[in-house]
Amino acid sequence: MDVILFLVFAIIAVLCAINVVVQTHPIASALSLIGVMGSLAVLYLLLGAEFIAAAQVIVYAGAVMVLFVFVIMLLNAGEEVHRGRSFVVQVLGAPLLIALLGLLVYFAQRLFPGAPMVRFGAFRGGTAVAVGRALFTQYLLPFEVTSVLILIAILGAIVLARKELD
Amino acid sequence: MQLWLIPAFPLAGFLINGLLGRRASKGFINAVAIGSVLLSFAWVLKTIMGLGDVSSRYVEHYFTWIQSGALQVNFDFAVDRLTVVMLLVVTGVGALIHIYSVGYMGHEGGYYRFFAYLNLFMFFMLTLVLAANYLVLFVGWEGVGLCSYLLIGFYFLRQSATNAGNKAFIVNRIGDFGFSLAIFLVFLNFGTLDFGGVFANVPGKPETLLNTIGLLLLVGACGKSAQIPLYVWLPDAMEGPTPVSALIHAATMVTAGVYMVARSNVIYIHAPVAQEAVALIGLATAFFSATIGLLQNDIKKIFAYSTVSQLGYMFVGAGVGAFSAGIYHLVTHAFFKALLFLGSGSVIHALSGEQDVRRMGGLAKKIPWTFWTMLCAAVAIAGVPPFSGFYSKDMILAAAYQRAPWIYWVGAITAGLTAFYVFRAIFLAFFGAYRGHEHPHESPPVMILPLAALAFLSLAGGFLFDVPQFLERLFPPIEESHDVTLVAVSVAIGLAGIGLAALFYVVKPSLPDSLAASFSGVYKLIYNKYFVDEIYDAAVVKPVVNGSRSLLWKGVDVGLIDAGVNGLGWSARGIGGILRLLQSGSIRSYATWVVFGSVVLMVAMAMAGGVR
Amino acid sequence: MNAVPLSWYLTLSGVLFTLGAAGFLFRRNIITVFMSIELMLNAVNLSFISFSYAFRRVDGQIFTFFVMVVAAAEAAVGLAIILTVFKNRNTLNIDDLNSMKDEYQPAQPEEASETAPVSVP
Repeated sequence: MDVILFLVFAIIAVLCAINVVVQTHPIASALSLIGVMGSLAVLYLLLGAEFIAAAQVIVYAGAVMVLFVFVIMLLNAGEEVHRGRSFVVQVLGAPLLIALLGLLVYFAQRLFPGAPMVRFGAFRGGTAVAVGRALFTQYLLPFEVTSVLILIAILGAIVLARKELD
Repeated sequence: MQLWLIPAFPLAGFLINGLLGRRASKGFINAVAIGSVLLSFAWVLKTIMGLGDVSSRYVEHYFTWIQSGALQVNFDFAVDRLTVVMLLVVTGVGALIHIYSVGYMGHEGGYYRFFAYLNLFMFFMLTLVLAANYLVLFVGWEGVGLCSYLLIGFYFLRQSATNAGNKAFIVNRIGDFGFSLAIFLVFLNFGTLDFGGVFANVPGKPETLLNTIGLLLLVGACGKSAQIPLYVWLPDAMEGPTPVSALIHAATMVTAGVYMVARSNVIYIHAPVAQEAVALIGLATAFFSATIGLLQNDIKKIFAYSTVSQLGYMFVGAGVGAFSAGIYHLVTHAFFKALLFLGSGSVIHALSGEQDVRRMGGLAKKIPWTFWTMLCAAVAIAGVPPFSGFYSKDMILAAAYQRAPWIYWVGAITAGLTAFYVFRAIFLAFFGAYRGHEHPHESPPVMILPLAALAFLSLAGGFLFDVPQFLERLFPPIEESHDVTLVAVSVAIGLAGIGLAALFYVVKPSLPDSLAASFSGVYKLIYNKYFVDEIYDAAVVKPVVNGSRSLLWKGVDVGLIDAGVNGLGWSARGIGGILRLLQSGSIRSYATWVVFGSVVLMVAMAMAGGVR
Repeated sequence: MNAVPLSWYLTLSGVLFTLGAAGFLFRRNIITVFMSIELMLNAVNLSFISFSYAFRRVDGQIFTFFVMVVAAAEAAVGLAIILTVFKNRNTLNIDDLNSMKDEYQPAQPEEASETAPVSVP
């Protein structure tokens, strides 16, 4: 059961990811990205990370991607035009990516031989309670710092995006 | 004793005139320049009186100049009888010439500069004379060479003058090279450069070494004292103002070579080959330049070649062992040669710049003082007894006869030539009809007085100052030759020379031209100074210049060094051209490089961590 | 057939990361590039969660939490920047955002200047 679930949603994720990269219109890419995030949320659930799965759907897919879609529509971004070329990218790009993929897959296979198999429900430490406990005790400082970070981001976004007063 | 004051006065004069003279009045410049030399002369007299009979060498030690390993050179001044003679000549004749220059240079530009340089020269010459070791002597040696260059090129807007200055300095340099090598050898073998130390240890050294040192010193002396083959700068040096020719190129600087040889007499006595070379070179030079002087038309050039010839005599004196005779001739020559030059200057001044004897004539009545003083000098240089030149020249010739009679004969013939060309100049300039277009006027008293003083010295200096007796104990004794025949013969040859000149230029003025026509080949050769300058130019100067230009300049400098430096620039540019691809401004290529870097990093970490 | 080997999750994470990198390198629209970056971040999140499971600790999930926070902030600011760039340049093509000068032309090397030699006197 787990395997089937994993395979289904993994394949959905990969297909949507490929779609993100391949589609010419940004809106299509954005929607595909939402698909990726959704399937990833399911995979998180399989891995026992309930809270994070929920956060993924609510925050990532629900807020960040909506922001992306807003901006795409605001800018009226159309189909991508093929203009300009970069010598370096053409020469180095593909081989590098293949190398990267190869390395990552290799590490994935070899890095952790004694890893336990993933079974749904085997890890119960991903509840909101557990996450909250860790957040507010051990990781309190980073937590507070991220609130400052968000504040800065808000300020930055407001300053950058406002209309100049004539 | 404060010997250092003797050169210090002229040095102060140089500094004051050099720094302040530009805006000072002529009176101020005169006072400083002449005053410093006179003070120096007075101090010399005081020193002599203070030292008594100067029977031994008096040394003053000032400071340790060089202390490096085994080499220790002190800045010392020393006075012995030879030094006394030189000091008197330099400061005495120098003072007279300074006074003369006031009148001669009165209308020239750069007045203060002239006197500043002249004082600087005095400083260096006095340092040279007072030096107690070879290195301090070399300092003075180089310094006088520098001043000679500055003063020859005094009219620096004239290309010929600056060329002459360069020539003098460069040719001198060749001599200095020999001198330097000699100093190195001296230090290497004697461990010291101090005169006392060196000369005390000479007797035990191998002869070849001493010969080498002697010959190298001779090279230096040839450069400074204008002997063959390095005499070519002296005639050109006449581009400088006449007082310069008188002081530097007659009385003092050119005698530095003779002085140096005389000072090193201990070395030469023990180095027969070198001593022989000294005599031979001196003799050859004396004869050779006397022949050139026969046909020159520029009055200063006549006396320039005469100087070279007379210096040759002094070298002959040193070369045959009669060092004191050589110095004696140095003293008398200073008198009459300076007088000849100053007199020529007076003539040139009278004729507003004319220097060619063919355009002179009949000046005896017009500028009598100049005429009579120059006549005194002429009879002195011709060796007419009992004037000064007779004593010194005969002493040399007598000593030469002792060594080898043929030297005597060549010397005697040269004496005849000397008498001839000097009186040729006198007759052409002062006798006959005036062949020029100027209005001759007598020189002012400030110029006449030194002429008169030098005339007196030229006439009486011989028997007034018995220089050889004064220098007796310094040099090995000369056998007194009482052979009257020799004396008579040389005097007769001298008088014959005068007579011949009278024949050629007073009695039968057409004779020289007809002779020149008959012997036109020989005439051309001698008139062009045996083409020595041209030979040097072709053999030495042109190859060096062309070699430098094509090999060193184009080949090494442009080809190697410039190319190397430029090549560095080009390769930097080239590498930069490649590296700039990293900074293309294209975000995508930046991203690619990031991915590249991270892949590399991953591989590296995998290797480091040990891939399982 | 109940269990999935952990390495599959990690492999999936690697594949997603590479796809994100591919989009990052090859796409020209800024917004698409940005989305590829988000894809890469997601891939990393998956990897963190996998390790959190593997070690039976919650710390991996905390990391993921912070990654999400930072990604959100970054998205906000980044999109604001894109808006500004669009206002100024009127283009969303990153190749057009290259304001550096065109292809560098090396200056012609100067001829070795040969000054006239001093005339030999």
